[in-house]
Amino acid sequence: MSVVISGIREPLVLGNKTYHQITEDICAPTERVPSKAWIIAFVIAACFLGMYLFAVTWTIWMGIGSWNLNRTINWGYDITNFVWWVGIGHAGTLISAILLLFRQKWRTGVNRAAEAMTIFAVICAGQFPIIHMGRVWMAPFIFPYPNTRGPLWPNFNSPLFWDVFAISTYFTVSLLFWYTGLVPDFATVRDRAIGWRKKLYNSLAFGWTGSAKHWQRWEYLSLVLAGISTPLVLSVHTIVSFDFATSVIPGWHTTIFPPYFVAGAIFSGFAMVQTLMLICRRVLNLQDYITLEHIESMNKVILLTGTVVGIAYLTELFISWYSGSLWEGFAFYHRLFGPYWWSYFGMMFCNVLSPQIFWKKSWRRNIELTFLMSIFINIGMWFERYVIIASTLARDFLPSSWSYYSPTWVEICLFLGSQGLFFTCFLIFTRVAPVVAIAEVKSILKAAGNQYAGKNTMPSHHDHSHEEEHDHAHH
Amino acid sequence: MKTLNKEVLFGLYDDETDLLNAVNAANKAHLDIMDVYTPFPVHGLDPALGLAESRLHIAGFVYGMTGTLTGFGFMTWVFTRDWPIIFGGKPYWSVPAFIPVTFELTVLFAAIGMVVTFYTICGMGPGVTNPTLHDRITDDKFCLAFQTNGMDAEEINKLKNFLSTSNASEVHQKNI
Repeated sequence: MSVVISGIREPLVLGNKTYHQITEDICAPTERVPSKAWIIAFVIAACFLGMYLFAVTWTIWMGIGSWNLNRTINWGYDITNFVWWVGIGHAGTLISAILLLFRQKWRTGVNRAAEAMTIFAVICAGQFPIIHMGRVWMAPFIFPYPNTRGPLWPNFNSPLFWDVFAISTYFTVSLLFWYTGLVPDFATVRDRAIGWRKKLYNSLAFGWTGSAKHWQRWEYLSLVLAGISTPLVLSVHTIVSFDFATSVIPGWHTTIFPPYFVAGAIFSGFAMVQTLMLICRRVLNLQDYITLEHIESMNKVILLTGTVVGIAYLTELFISWYSGSLWEGFAFYHRLFGPYWWSYFGMMFCNVLSPQIFWKKSWRRNIELTFLMSIFINIGMWFERYVIIASTLARDFLPSSWSYYSPTWVEICLFLGSQGLFFTCFLIFTRVAPVVAIAEVKSILKAAGNQYAGKNTMPSHHDHSHEEEHDHAHH
Repeated sequence: MKTLNKEVLFGLYDDETDLLNAVNAANKAHLDIMDVYTPFPVHGLDPALGLAESRLHIAGFVYGMTGTLTGFGFMTWVFTRDWPIIFGGKPYWSVPAFIPVTFELTVLFAAIGMVVTFYTICGMGPGVTNPTLHDRITDDKFCLAFQTNGMDAEEINKLKNFLSTSNASEVHQKNI
């Protein structure tokens, strides 16, 4: 096994683990009765889910008139929530695909939970355009299937139609990628279980045996899926940004949108991963697998993408002035000093200024501060979409149509309730599936966990790093 | 559960280095290895076992191209033959607008095709139960298995000796 061990990098698995101990630690949350904290969290999440179902039913029953959208502002909370959730859904596949290609070993600690988060976030996102249709039973019409209306096909030139394909492809591929990674770990749980749990995990494990040929194919599959998921993850938010960028609305009609949206998506996705991981590692006792090193790495990504997003905001502002376009100039003047000024400055504070504290190493490694920042960023990224959508639409070309939008209770319940849907799914996931990829952590244990305590322990971390340096010096 | 009518003699190793050494020793002794089972992918095992490189990625390319042609061909057919409509003054065959959907279908076809192929060729899938040799193979044991159908006691003893001298911590026999 040719592994390059860095003398600088910190170990990614702490606490002198053997392979068996890893299995024990990570399977434990699926095998014990739920803790009190889990039950309380689940009840709260389920209440929010109930509220969501009520608000959805209300919307469908009463119609979109139960929202405060109007002829000028015809996208409000709904599309804001949609873009926000899709953005959050970008971190999982980024971690599992792009970081796999970049051979970032720290991804093994967080990829499983991040991918689960992706899938649940995309589920939440997908609901909003559908209920926004009002007549939800018309939703299948967005797919090009042979129909009795001609057949009449959807408009393939429409970014909204591209979105349908982007989101549904993203969901499907993420789900397949996630599940393929889960199969060996479900087999681990299966081989430890008895009774009805054995039956359950037997069916979930698809008959995995751990044969060498199967592992070989599994690795190929993971690698190629990572390869095709990488452009996919970049394409999805690019296409979401096309919903805006291909329009002729000042403030939306900009070529900077695709990279700016993708950076924002990764930014908000990592923030949500931090929120979830910081709670998970504590509640599920996974501090040895999701270490401060993992948290710091993610904070670095947050700092980078937050800065990219900040530069994009400033570029937009600059171009709105430099272009000399009256309409662009007005749109941005209105963002800063119009009736939605509070959301613009909220966005600037949460997304651009506050992540800059992560230049300081000790703050990147501070758990409480990281948690607080992750909440800030979640809020800030929601504001960003609200600024783009509501504040831009509030001042259109015809001053007599200018208006202001604030949500009804139904829209607020939909937004808060979708969190209930998300957290209910996530809490069930933490009970059913291993939250950390067991096989992948084992495979990096010797290379990246210098505290490996099993048989044939490799030369100590320190000695080995010197050998490496020595080698490099000769090259 | 299906049975394979295989009599299997297998040794469990505590570490992948021991397993790799055992596999290499077995190759040297010209022993016919049935299979090797590990809790995680062990690098260096494929060449030792003489496993050919997987061709899954070639299949993936074919599936992906199928998606490309399906998406692009379908949209072309709809907008040039079946129901041509002018949108925004653009030509019927507005190729740049077809790129996003064509790309998504390429990825979708490649991913679904490869995953289905993977499970099919591995004999896995929903509801499938394949016989396993030992419960700790998916935990922390590395298993080297020999098929012993039709072998006499002497040959089996030879294999047993090989397993125990090559550092196997446990040696078992099982019919699967």
